[in-house]
Amino acid sequence: MIRAGPILAMLLAVFALWYAAAVPMNIREVLTEAERAGAAVTPATAVERRDANALGLVLANPGQISGTWAQDRPRLPAPHQVAGELWQSTVMEEIEGRRGLLNSGSLSNRGLLLHAWITLSATALGFLIGAGAGILLAIGIVHSKTMEKSVMPWAIVSQTVPIVALAPMIVVVLYSVGLQGLLPKAVISAYLSFFPVVVGMVKGLRAPDAMQTDLMRTWDASGWQVLTRLRLPASMPYLFASLKIAVAAALVGAIVGELPVQGGGLGARMLAGSYYGQTAQIWAALFLAAALAAVLVAAIGGAQRLALRRMGGAA
Amino acid sequence: MMNAPIPQTVISARGIDLTFETADGPVHALKGVDLDIAKGEFVSFIGPSGCGKTTFLRVVAALERPTAGEVSVNGLSPDEARRARAYGYVFQAAGLYPWRTIGGNIALPLEIMGFAKAERARRVREVLELVELGGFEKKYPWQLSGGMQQRASIARALAFDADILLMDEPFGALDEIVRDRLNEELLKLWARTGKTTLFVTHSIPEAVYLSTKIVVMSPRPGRITDVIDSPLPRERPLDIRDSREFIEIAHRVREGLRAGHED
Repeated sequence: MIRAGPILAMLLAVFALWYAAAVPMNIREVLTEAERAGAAVTPATAVERRDANALGLVLANPGQISGTWAQDRPRLPAPHQVAGELWQSTVMEEIEGRRGLLNSGSLSNRGLLLHAWITLSATALGFLIGAGAGILLAIGIVHSKTMEKSVMPWAIVSQTVPIVALAPMIVVVLYSVGLQGLLPKAVISAYLSFFPVVVGMVKGLRAPDAMQTDLMRTWDASGWQVLTRLRLPASMPYLFASLKIAVAAALVGAIVGELPVQGGGLGARMLAGSYYGQTAQIWAALFLAAALAAVLVAAIGGAQRLALRRMGGAA
Repeated sequence: MMNAPIPQTVISARGIDLTFETADGPVHALKGVDLDIAKGEFVSFIGPSGCGKTTFLRVVAALERPTAGEVSVNGLSPDEARRARAYGYVFQAAGLYPWRTIGGNIALPLEIMGFAKAERARRVREVLELVELGGFEKKYPWQLSGGMQQRASIARALAFDADILLMDEPFGALDEIVRDRLNEELLKLWARTGKTTLFVTHSIPEAVYLSTKIVVMSPRPGRITDVIDSPLPRERPLDIRDSREFIEIAHRVREGLRAGHED
């Protein structure tokens, strides 16, 4: 039984820290607005405040603290502002918006749900390609010394190249051969997600000990039989562990892939938010992405439990 | 079973040498090993660690290739015999797959060898009865005790009706009481199936109780120091271990082990 108390306390502490951080982050703008509105602030002019310490400003103007949690365009939006933005851009947009689900019959391109769906489809496709490629590569590496020597170094090198630098190139190259839309993003997703699967599956396929492979040999089992009857089942715990990492990486890949293209998605929302100073929009997209990752990882956890139960439930 | 058949050599080893190249220099696992084993014999290999008893078993099963010498199994090379599926191998650990039921584990070699589904089911039931595990077919390995798991692994080795049963300290990890019981059952099993059995052990009473032939080995280099043909009758109740003959053979085995150690 999980005790709710400590988890709740932890959550409250995070929120308290967040609210506290929003005060010095936003105080300068709040004081400027208050000065324009004719309120008395200390120091009185923006020039004097420019070099002042943010905490000092907070202490000198305690009456303005509540304003730091209610700005239109805060540097750091408070939790309730992010929650409000999330609510507005998901539920309310679809119910009341002109382009929302109720009025147009399809998800609004101003709401987060459509963008989350775009990101999710790229993530899912990329994850399937990446995980499939990872499993096949691992099988090749386990069966061939040559393959291990020739493929593994490149797989490692591939992960040292910053994906932010590589993503635009992939998009451009694929565009020049006529591929655009979902696939380039999925390719970037796959690029990030194949690696943990290769590493985990190589370990997993080698998990059977010498005795078990010797037994197979005394039965004169073929390589294919050893793979399907012994190595693959033995690798399942490793597979699921690496799939969890891979699906999170696939989501990051899809978001990064959305930055250089105009096709929408959570990545595009974050970029638009930073163009127009809509920090709450960035944070809302960020939280939706995190929630998406949590759901994906949980789904793999569910598949893992299902698979292990079918495999005897002891592992 | 017919009594007193004409002895027919199943396994014949001549001048087996096996040297492992290790980082610390060569290790002579076997040196000049000659041995003949007749059909239906129960042969125990006994000796201290590093005497090559396990290695000899692995050579017979084509899991190791000797550096020199000849082994023939049913007139074939070990590797040909392996491909003809002549061996049922039982290791010290049961080595059952945790993701398969007991029945599924025993059916595994049958699947690999391409037996039809109905035939697999029939054989699984048959060998489970043979090792007194009837009714445990649907259980998973973790639901069974260590002794029962080892019986299941013996059933797995018997399922495809191999000519030769190779057992590498199968009861080494079990406690004395379970071990006694399994020894008794193994003897009955051997009497019923008549399989040529090669059995590696550390235990003198176990070797004497089970065997028609005891091969005493010694280490550095691994070699045979004595081969004892047991005069004990085939029918052996547990209390035969208190008889004078039994104690004499045990004494001779002990002497052989000591002599090997003094060299």
